[in-house]
Amino acid sequence: MAKYGIVVDITRCNGCYNCFLACRDEFCGNDYPPYSLAQPNTGHFWMRIIERERGKYPKVKVAYTPLMCMQCENAPCIEASLNGAVYRRADGIVIIDPEKAVGQKQIVDACPYRVIYWNEEKNIPQKCTFCAHLLDEGWKEPRCVEACPAGALTFGDMEDPNSKVSQLIASNKVEVIHPEYGLEEKVVYIGLPKRFIAGTVVFGDKDECAENVDVTLTGEGVKKTIKTNNYGDFEFEGLEAEKEYSVKVEYPGYTAKEFSVKTQIDVYLGDIILT
Amino acid sequence: MAEQVLTNCTVGGPIFVHVKDGKITRIRPIAFDETDGPSWAIEARGRKFSPPRKATLAAFTVAERPRVYSENRIKYPLKRIDFDPQGDRHPETRGKSGYERISWDEAMDIVAGEMKRIRTTYGPAAITAMRSSHHNWGLLSYKMGPFSRFFEMLGYTFMFDNPDSWEGWHWGAIHTWGFYWRLGFTEQYDLLEDALKNTDLIVYWSTDPDTNQRAYLGQETTIWRYWLRELGIKQIFIDPFCNYTAAILGDKWIAPRPGTDAAMAMAIAYVWIEENSYDKDYVATHTIDFDQFKRHIMGEDDGVPKTPKWAEEITGVPGRTMKALAREWASKRTMLACGAMDNPGGACRAAYATEWARLMVLLQAMQGLGKPGVNMWSTSVGAPLNSSFVFPAYASGGQDIFSLVAKKPAVNKITQRIYRLLAPEAILNPPISWLGEGFCGDSIEQQFIPYTYPEPGSPEIKMIYRYGGSFISTMTDTNRWVKMYQSPKIEFVVNQDCWWHSETGFADIILPACTNLERSDIAEWNGAGGYGGGNGDNPNGTNHRIIVYMKKCIEPLWESRPDYDIFSDLAEKLGFKEEYTEGNSEEDWIKKVFNAYSLPEYVSYEDFKNKGYFVVPFPEDYKPTPALRWFYEGRECDTPDIANRKRGTEKARELGTYSGKIEFVSRSLTEHFPDDEERPPMPRYIPSWEGHTSELAKKYPLQLISPHPRFSFHTHHDTHIPWLSEIPGHRILKGGYYWWPMRIHPSDAEARGIKDGDIVKMYNDRGATLGIAQVTERVRPGVVHSYQASAKYDPLEKGKPGSVDRAGCVNLLTPSRMLSRNAPGMAPNSCLIEISKWEV
Repeated sequence: MAKYGIVVDITRCNGCYNCFLACRDEFCGNDYPPYSLAQPNTGHFWMRIIERERGKYPKVKVAYTPLMCMQCENAPCIEASLNGAVYRRADGIVIIDPEKAVGQKQIVDACPYRVIYWNEEKNIPQKCTFCAHLLDEGWKEPRCVEACPAGALTFGDMEDPNSKVSQLIASNKVEVIHPEYGLEEKVVYIGLPKRFIAGTVVFGDKDECAENVDVTLTGEGVKKTIKTNNYGDFEFEGLEAEKEYSVKVEYPGYTAKEFSVKTQIDVYLGDIILT
Repeated sequence: MAEQVLTNCTVGGPIFVHVKDGKITRIRPIAFDETDGPSWAIEARGRKFSPPRKATLAAFTVAERPRVYSENRIKYPLKRIDFDPQGDRHPETRGKSGYERISWDEAMDIVAGEMKRIRTTYGPAAITAMRSSHHNWGLLSYKMGPFSRFFEMLGYTFMFDNPDSWEGWHWGAIHTWGFYWRLGFTEQYDLLEDALKNTDLIVYWSTDPDTNQRAYLGQETTIWRYWLRELGIKQIFIDPFCNYTAAILGDKWIAPRPGTDAAMAMAIAYVWIEENSYDKDYVATHTIDFDQFKRHIMGEDDGVPKTPKWAEEITGVPGRTMKALAREWASKRTMLACGAMDNPGGACRAAYATEWARLMVLLQAMQGLGKPGVNMWSTSVGAPLNSSFVFPAYASGGQDIFSLVAKKPAVNKITQRIYRLLAPEAILNPPISWLGEGFCGDSIEQQFIPYTYPEPGSPEIKMIYRYGGSFISTMTDTNRWVKMYQSPKIEFVVNQDCWWHSETGFADIILPACTNLERSDIAEWNGAGGYGGGNGDNPNGTNHRIIVYMKKCIEPLWESRPDYDIFSDLAEKLGFKEEYTEGNSEEDWIKKVFNAYSLPEYVSYEDFKNKGYFVVPFPEDYKPTPALRWFYEGRECDTPDIANRKRGTEKARELGTYSGKIEFVSRSLTEHFPDDEERPPMPRYIPSWEGHTSELAKKYPLQLISPHPRFSFHTHHDTHIPWLSEIPGHRILKGGYYWWPMRIHPSDAEARGIKDGDIVKMYNDRGATLGIAQVTERVRPGVVHSYQASAKYDPLEKGKPGSVDRAGCVNLLTPSRMLSRNAPGMAPNSCLIEISKWEV
């Protein structure tokens, strides 16, 4: 029996929202008993894109994180449901029964990812079903994955070592968003945005971009030295959030500069002028 | 009834349409099966690149279903309550008075009656009609189809379109490299392969291909830019806004002040000249008059060397950064991403944009334009192309697409013309004069032809037949349009459209047209015509050429009707139905087009219609012919650029300029406008007439840029698809209204007490519009970014020109002044504004 999962490659997501719109197209106005009733025409985000702007002018990046039901192995929504209103299929897809779940608002609150939505009109909780009804008809992937133009979403059988998802998991660093929840999510991510520390080094005496300057990052058991590029730019990516690091900039003939940086946000140190 | 899966095509890509019980249930991208023709493959740097075996869709086409069923659809013929064709017309309440439902018979009687009356009273030239781009798709059913054929046959004052999305290239670059047949853009053949194989660096100058490929290309080329990244090709972006492509792919973002890009270009040239890092051989053999340019760059003629320090003062970009960019550009095989069809960014739609566009060409000329890996390439056209398969694009028939297969093409006998950008002045304050015929693709000189309206001996315009209705948010200084519609000189206004747009509520009679999902048609995906990127007719920005039999999926909704039927009926009332239709139904015309080109060599009509689409197979023995490689190597043009008239002649080694070479000093401008200081024969930086150094900047210190929107194609999707308004980059819900985002830097916001999510008013002396503040690091301080093309015009004081608008029509604020005196292009990105919090 297949065990379905999705690999999300954030490095390939460009925030086009095709996945969100394809999900709306599939489920707005369309009932698929016994798995789902139509979602309301507005207000639900069974596929949501979290946008994060990172950095400061003129060093700015944007990360897009597609967020959907994780189809958790240890699903809190199943735990919170009454009368078997939420159950897991043999293929791992977690289904909220639209008949049995009537009135069970606590199912919405149970999800730590907040990907379950309340349908006011029908008095039921609703969420992504991995398009179970389509898979049953022989479709090879859910609507969101089909709609993605960038190859950022891959769907398949995580138990099949030859499937594309398995191959991606084997050859990349994949993570779940909140490993500390212990949910064994079936949606895993490549390239989850962390924190960066960046800057632009200038030779103050010559007013030139300072190329090949040594920049050393220390902290959290890490020590790493890189060189600035032809614009004087440097960047340490993939750092942990909510930590403290120290950055030292040095080049022969100039006074070294040192910064203490906290990664509450991505940090752009701006122009670092060496004299 | 069982579910049917039909095929159709939209401006955002070709689709499968699922229909059950007469209703559309879902819409998906066309995906190929094993019988469909082979795709191309490019081998480069040890890897093989091939596209997925399916189409990609623009976001707004994924959501096409709610657009068809939208509450904004015009459902019934309507008559403006204050309008009585037999009595008082009340033009002054257009935009204010409401509408009542009437029958089609009544509506057509009024329209035909008015057309007859006006033609008899004043003459046929008293009617003008204008269309928009592209509320639908399909060869035979809109823009150059039934609308054009009808009016060309009837005879009317034709309205020249200005090349709105790429002004600077059209009025400027044509005089540097020719390519007038491409309206100023260059050819792009096989540049994807060239870049994958040979390029090290891409400089994107005022271009956002991830967003603007949506100009007909779905999202075909998104994967191309990931391939480039995977190969380690560096990607640098120059734009006052950290645009959507820059935000995910940019290795560096450089943000000059709007309107100063030409200065940066000159500084780059300075570094190359000073450091001898340009291709002297190429410049000597492939260009003319470089010495004059060099003298100007080095300051030998005016005493001002165009150094990076000089440019720093103007652009706000550190001189050292420009120097580093110039050095990197020269030391690597660099593509300059601009100058080709993909709906360019705002630098070409600003004061004196001709200068910047020309300097772009000249910079790459200094690096050997056409050398392997070195070219002007938008990164969103240039896939391998089977150019031997022939199928027409929507512009292939001139003004009447039916002429390709009709017994008698429609030819407009009326010679009077009006120019779109000056339409309000033409009506309100004639006479007006301008240069050029709008889209000047016939010759270099076509853009110099002088026109006056009214034409001596011709009547003034009394009637406007508007097809679509987006101009209040896509033209400039659009309060003028409000005033124009309310002029008593305009006796009658018709608007024919599928959805309510900004101008719809100014009509006297409104006719509901149906969408292309409610009738049949035939089209090639992305087939726009010569300037669309292909070989004169055919596109090569899509990964596959797909011809679609666009099937009628559902019956026309409410009382909407196909454009062809509406115009056939009108033709009947005006006495030329037989001539117009030639007895053909829509299906007859489709069949004629099918039979007239390459399709029958591959597939029968029945099979094509049954399957609904045909993938043009990619030939096994394909030989790439990279754009301008022939020019670089001194050979005859070998690209399939059939509209290049020198091709195949003794001048086949030449570009389309007078000299045949790239002209640092333009021969065409020297001959025709030698003393023009605003578009001089040799390009230079000219401070914007509404820029950061203008006197007006003291009152309105912020510079507004308003490029093409990301989640709508012009106005045709915004507000018609409620789901788009839930995408925070498009509209944002607050207090029950969906507001248009206005992006502002934190320092500018703080100085004005504005926080993220506040409702703000953007204003200047020309107009005011409300929106929602997005405080972001993605704009240069001093710059506000807000897209043009709001579908809605929502004045707080209905019907009053100059009223504050609530929907985000930023073009109420933009200037009507042209690029320059002799270059009649629009310049919305030279716009000074102020912004403040809107409390109530």
